[in-house]
Amino acid sequence: MNLNLSAFISGLVFGLGLVLAQMTNPEKVLAFLDIAGNWDPSLALVMVGALLTLGTLQRLIRKPSEQIQDTDLQTCVNPKAKIDAKLITGSAIFGIGWGLSGFCPGPALVSLTAGLAGGYVFVAAMFIGFLLFNSMHRGR
Amino acid sequence: MTYLTVLSSLGGGVLIGLAAAWLLFFNNRTAGISGIAAGILPPWQQGDAWRYWFLAGLIISAPLWKLFGGSVQIQIDAPLVVLAVAGLLVGYGTRLGGGCTSGHGICGNARLSVRSIVATLTFMTTAGITVFLVRHGL
Repeated sequence: MNLNLSAFISGLVFGLGLVLAQMTNPEKVLAFLDIAGNWDPSLALVMVGALLTLGTLQRLIRKPSEQIQDTDLQTCVNPKAKIDAKLITGSAIFGIGWGLSGFCPGPALVSLTAGLAGGYVFVAAMFIGFLLFNSMHRGR
Repeated sequence: MTYLTVLSSLGGGVLIGLAAAWLLFFNNRTAGISGIAAGILPPWQQGDAWRYWFLAGLIISAPLWKLFGGSVQIQIDAPLVVLAVAGLLVGYGTRLGGGCTSGHGICGNARLSVRSIVATLTFMTTAGITVFLVRHGL
């Protein structure tokens, strides 16, 4: 299949999944993260559904790690990759941003068509964050 | 949690898992959104066109869903200044940590990558603490 077409279909299905699960709604995500408040555990089920589906399918697909061109230098597919300070620090910083806004990258991009100023500001700032990383750590 | 919420949450997860498996099968790529999005910034490399197509599909999903009668609820309560700071942290943090909720949380965890499991526990913890401080502590 044409690589652009298959990527388009994947992005579309991914987005529909986020919309159906209401992960695109920051207030719902925050209610999931707010264990001490009126906790909404439903987003844990999104994770369960996704992990079971992908876990099962990738066993059938059987794609060796070396074949996967991971965007992040194989950090999440290479079993030999080490846990380092960057992984912990970066993930911790990401979590703080996620907790402040209720937005992670996918849902934020989906929100762009909702015409909300908050979504535009978040996505613009996120890309500035990407650029900041590129300028501080030389290339990607 | 209603029966319908359980179904739509699980169903949404299944679609996300399907999309990730699809990208893995046809494109040999992991569906990490932060990595795919950051990859459209310079320096540009050959063979990056698929990124734009993936992102186009992702962004068009909500209006398409509405077109077929679905409802899309997006409620943002945080002030713009907070969203700007949060966006910066999410952009920088996901690059430094090499993934976000999709790359580590779904793709990496599904492969039982220790790095991704550690990353997921870390961002879940700091996100939980942040929400606690904002809503109950400050």
